[in-house]
Amino acid sequence: MALLDTIPHDEEIKRHRPWPRARVGEDGWVRAIESLAAGECTLLGLWGDAPYVHLALLDERAGDIAVVSYACNKGKYPSVAARHPPASRLERAIADLFGLEALGAPDARTWLDLGFWGVRHPLGKPQPAAKPAPYAFLPVDGEGLHEIPVGPVHAGIIEPGHFRFTANGEYLVRLEQRLGYVHKGIESLMSGATLDAAAKLTARTSGDSTVAYSYAFARAAEAALEVTVPPRAVYLRALMAELERIANHFGDIGAICNDASFSLMHAQTGILRERTLRAAATCFGHRLMMDTIVPGGVANDIAPDGVASVRALLKELRAAFPRLIELYDNTASLQDRTVTTGIVRAHYARQFGAGGYVGRASGRGFDARRDLAYAPYDALTFEVPVLDAGDVNARVWIRIREVEQSLSLIEQIVDRLPGGAARATIAPKGVISEGLGIAEAFRGDVLVWLRLDGNGNVRRCHMRDASWFQWPLLETAVEGNIVADFPLCNKSFNCSYSGHDL
Amino acid sequence: MRRTLLQSLTQRPLTEPAPAPDEAALAELAKSLKRTARAKLGRSLSIRQVDAGSCNGCELEIHALNNAFYDLERFGLHFVASPRHADVLMVTGPLTKNMREALLRTYNATPDPKWVVAVGACAADGGIFAGSYAVVGGVNDVVPVDLHIPGCPPSPTQLLKGLLALLEHGSKRA
Repeated sequence: MALLDTIPHDEEIKRHRPWPRARVGEDGWVRAIESLAAGECTLLGLWGDAPYVHLALLDERAGDIAVVSYACNKGKYPSVAARHPPASRLERAIADLFGLEALGAPDARTWLDLGFWGVRHPLGKPQPAAKPAPYAFLPVDGEGLHEIPVGPVHAGIIEPGHFRFTANGEYLVRLEQRLGYVHKGIESLMSGATLDAAAKLTARTSGDSTVAYSYAFARAAEAALEVTVPPRAVYLRALMAELERIANHFGDIGAICNDASFSLMHAQTGILRERTLRAAATCFGHRLMMDTIVPGGVANDIAPDGVASVRALLKELRAAFPRLIELYDNTASLQDRTVTTGIVRAHYARQFGAGGYVGRASGRGFDARRDLAYAPYDALTFEVPVLDAGDVNARVWIRIREVEQSLSLIEQIVDRLPGGAARATIAPKGVISEGLGIAEAFRGDVLVWLRLDGNGNVRRCHMRDASWFQWPLLETAVEGNIVADFPLCNKSFNCSYSGHDL
Repeated sequence: MRRTLLQSLTQRPLTEPAPAPDEAALAELAKSLKRTARAKLGRSLSIRQVDAGSCNGCELEIHALNNAFYDLERFGLHFVASPRHADVLMVTGPLTKNMREALLRTYNATPDPKWVVAVGACAADGGIFAGSYAVVGGVNDVVPVDLHIPGCPPSPTQLLKGLLALLEHGSKRA
């Protein structure tokens, strides 16, 4: 039975592709929440679109997705988080941006609105902002506890966010995150933008995942406009996505070791990352491959010497990487820092639908490339590594194994690269159409939901980074760890701030 | 580990020759530094990076400056953890309203004399995020900028050219 059929719903929305969307009444909404709370399906997204709130659900085993839409009654809807905590921050963001209220929500504090915009509910009915009340961090009581506030400006070259630690001596009792500092109002800039302008914004939502965001956005637009992408573009996109994945994994493996003061690994993986980015620049003209995936295909075909540079890269990486794996595996002082540090419990990974290495290191094997089987991954051979330990070490090993899989994928892609055009023309439909696109970024699945008007311009676009369901698990993972291990835990998650704050 | 270390000794270094300082950057610096007389900062500069709203693309390329190919520290340039230790603030991003206060405080915490380098298209004027309810605009709207390094994101070579211009200008004024 299709996922949507398990939920009482009104008529399906026409022209929502490739998965169905339907309006639901209170009974359908509550049934969807119950199915999330019972673990029958996974929360994929929850976003505002006044007067509606949309809830995207995933049936992992069947690879099926459904979106249900609830029309708010006087700006209110029954809270999802009341029964299913992973929805809490999404509901707080909806309240900040749209002014839609989740009835019975466990946490009514603001989330993205830090009180500086000069306006409230910018995507709903904007009102001039009053002076905000001071943000109330969760109270922590107990003998000998002290607080350590960190950020938003951090000590390294990283994104800004605030961490409020409560510690008992060396041991962390609680971490509470406060994010939103890099909120740029991307969703408001999207509304009314041309497809080209929106694609540029998408590519700059989380710079480390620019390919994955553009990939998901293009797939959403192509679903809405019913465009078939030429086979060559399908393969080139996957090549870009895998290059992006290994570049980020190299960076992360080195950075995690560096946070345990093992700078040798950082220096070595830095070389591999740089070589990967240079090969990307040779192939597609941009080191991070920004704006290279566009609705309809790819912006430019791979350079004439591109395939040769990818083959040379594969040769170098295959020669150098095994030695670094051995180095990681044989350095006891490093393992002493990573093994049993920052454990994410398997049931949290499942409940939150944590993607990427955070989920896979804690027993949740979901990978959109395999489980939603989008082209060309349906025709390629690869494995999705899964471990159960859930610690920093497991998250390092997942990255190592994924690099190996990606190297194999890159080889398969260049071996089979089809000829022909690399871009199809995009034509507006003349009617409103909607699309949902998902792509597997290096840190997990990115969701893009798009509504286009008859001229092909964007009416509404929502993007959901994998970090939404990983950040809360970092709070759980650091409990009982020493303060000095926080950087290791944090780097092993490497959540996005910009992709989350939007 | 021994093998990796030994190989590093026998291999030729990966570090590449320095690019020439960027001409446009030198011209901008000559103009901007006339604004106030400042003491010479010398040939060694400590840089504090501040992400004031970036997509994280600029940070990735700033990170790359420390890899074996660009080896920023050979020029006496290095990143520090606190604005209190910094000569240069390197700011990225369209300045978000949520980061304005934090940037100002970081600027005020940096001892004089100090320089501000705005990195990337967004830091110049807000870039494609300009006009949003959540964005102030360019970095210069809140703190005085001495040098802009363009690009989306600037490549490590572009970053290096800009920073070398900063060094060259500093030593010329001796």
